[in-house]
Amino acid sequence: MADIQSPVPGTFYQRPSPEDAAFKSEGDAVAVGDTIGLVEVMKSFIEVQAEAAGTFAGYSVENEAAVSAGDVLATLK
Amino acid sequence: MSIQRLFIANRGEIAVRIVRAAKSLGIHTIQAHSEADAEMLAVRMADEAVCIGPAQAAKSYLNVYAVVKAAKDAGADAVHPGYGFLAESPRFARAVTEAGMIFVGPSADTIQSMGDKVSARQAADTAGVPVVPGSDGRIDDMDEAAEIADRIGYPVMIKASAGGGGRGIRIAENAEELAKFAPQARQEAQAAFGDGGIYIEKVIREPRHIEVQILGDGTRAVHCFERECSLQRRRQKVWEEAPAFDLPEGTREAMCNSAVDLAEAVEYCGAGTVEYLYDPRADRFYFIEMNTRIQVEHPVTEMITGLDLVALMIRVCGGEALPITQDQIKLNGHAIEVRLNAEDPLKKFMPFPGVVGTLSLPESDGIRVDHFLYEGYQIPPFYDSLIGKLIVHADTREDAIDKMATALDTLEISGLKTTIPLHKALAKSPEVRAGRIHTQWLEPWLDAGNLTSGTGGAS
Repeated sequence: MADIQSPVPGTFYQRPSPEDAAFKSEGDAVAVGDTIGLVEVMKSFIEVQAEAAGTFAGYSVENEAAVSAGDVLATLK
Repeated sequence: MSIQRLFIANRGEIAVRIVRAAKSLGIHTIQAHSEADAEMLAVRMADEAVCIGPAQAAKSYLNVYAVVKAAKDAGADAVHPGYGFLAESPRFARAVTEAGMIFVGPSADTIQSMGDKVSARQAADTAGVPVVPGSDGRIDDMDEAAEIADRIGYPVMIKASAGGGGRGIRIAENAEELAKFAPQARQEAQAAFGDGGIYIEKVIREPRHIEVQILGDGTRAVHCFERECSLQRRRQKVWEEAPAFDLPEGTREAMCNSAVDLAEAVEYCGAGTVEYLYDPRADRFYFIEMNTRIQVEHPVTEMITGLDLVALMIRVCGGEALPITQDQIKLNGHAIEVRLNAEDPLKKFMPFPGVVGTLSLPESDGIRVDHFLYEGYQIPPFYDSLIGKLIVHADTREDAIDKMATALDTLEISGLKTTIPLHKALAKSPEVRAGRIHTQWLEPWLDAGNLTSGTGGAS
C-alpha cells in the first residue's frame, strides 16, 4: 500500500475536465510520474503525480473536495 | 433613495475597501463569506456577516441565487459586487434589481452590451471613440481583404470570425503575405469551425495599455484621468501607474473626453473604466473594452485626484447626482501601485497559500496598503492569489519609483512567498524608469532571467 498525498492545499479533481473520465480507475497500473488528479490552488492547476509504481486502489477523497497539503488523495496496492 | 444596508458580495482586499467606504458614509455593512472565509478581515470589520455557501466559488461567490437570497434575507437594500466573481454578470445585476435591491454598478443592460465584444465596439464607434481599424465584420472576398488592408495599413492580423481564443491568427506584413495567408486562414477556419469567414484588423506593435477612470450618475459622467497598466504577465496587470507617462497633453484630453462620451452614451451609473491600446509611435489610441466595475488598480486614481471612488459609486448608485464637476477633478503628482500576490516569483509564480507571520507595513504620507491580512491569518487556497496592493504617491514619476523601492524594502509579510521580489526588481529596472515598456515587455524580461534572488533583493 502506498498513499498519494496532495502537494498543496486546494480543490481536488479526479478528472482532467468535467467531461472526461477519471485519471485512474481501480485496478489500473500506475507508473512513477503518472498523473492521478489535479489540485486547484489559487486558480492554478497542479498535477498530482504518483511517486511510486503500483496498482490503483481508489481515490480517498471525492471529486471537487477541499483538501489540505498532505491529505491522502488516493492509494495504491 | 439612499442606501442604508449594503451587502458586500465579494471577499479579500476589495471587501475590506468596500466596508471602509460604506462605513465612512454611515451605511450598515453586511459581509458575505464562504465557509472558507469565516475568518477574513472584512467579516471581522463589517457590522454583520452571512455565510453564502461552501468554499468553492462556484457554490458561493458565483452562485447568483445564494447571493441574492442571502442579501434579501439579511434585509439589505443594496448589493456591492466588488470586482471579479459576479461583478460583470448581467444576470446577477438583474436578479439583484428584481429582488428589489440596488445593484451598485450600471444597469444589467449596460453590463450586457459592454460585455459583448461586438456590441461594445459598436457602442464605442457610435460614440465617436476610436476603435482598432479593421474590416468591421467578416469578409469572404480576397480582393476586398486586400483593399481594406491597404486602407488601414500593414501589418494586419487575419482572424477567423467563427473562432476565438486566438486560434488561427496570422499576421501579414505586406500585400504578398496577405495574398498567401488569407486563403490559408479561410481554409483553416472552414475546417475548424465549418465557417470560412475571416476578418482583418490592424496590428499595433508594442502597444501600451492606458485606461480612463470614469464616474457616472446615469445622466452625466466625468473622467478621473488615466492609468498606465502596461506591465502585464499573462494578461494580468502587475504594476499600475497614474497618470500615464510621456503622454502628449492633447492625446490625454482626447482619450479622457472620449471615455466620458462613451459613458454618457450608455447612460453609465457608477464607476467604470474605458480601456485603450495606445500606439506610442503613431500617438494614436484605440478602444479595447469597457469594464463596468471598480477595478483592482483604482487606488492610483484616488491618490492623484483625492477622490474616494468606492464611496462615490455607492452614492451615485444610491440615487444621488454626481457631487463633482469635471473642473473640480485635478491631477496631482504621480502614483504607482504594485499587486502583492501569494506566489513565488522565483518558482514560476507558484501559488503559496500560507499562514501570515509577522506583518510590518510601511506607514507614511503618500503610502497606502490595501490588504486583508493579519498575523496568524491562513490564506485560503480557493481564490485569487492577490493578498494586497502597495500604493505610493509622490510629486513626480521618478520620486514615486524611488518611494516604491523604499516602501518595498520596509514591507514585511513573513510566512508567505509573495511577488515583492518581482516589484523590487522592476523598481530597479532602467527600462521601467525610462518608460521603455509595453504590454509585451514583462514576459520576455522574465524569460531572459532578469528576476533572480539577487535582483529581487530577497534576503
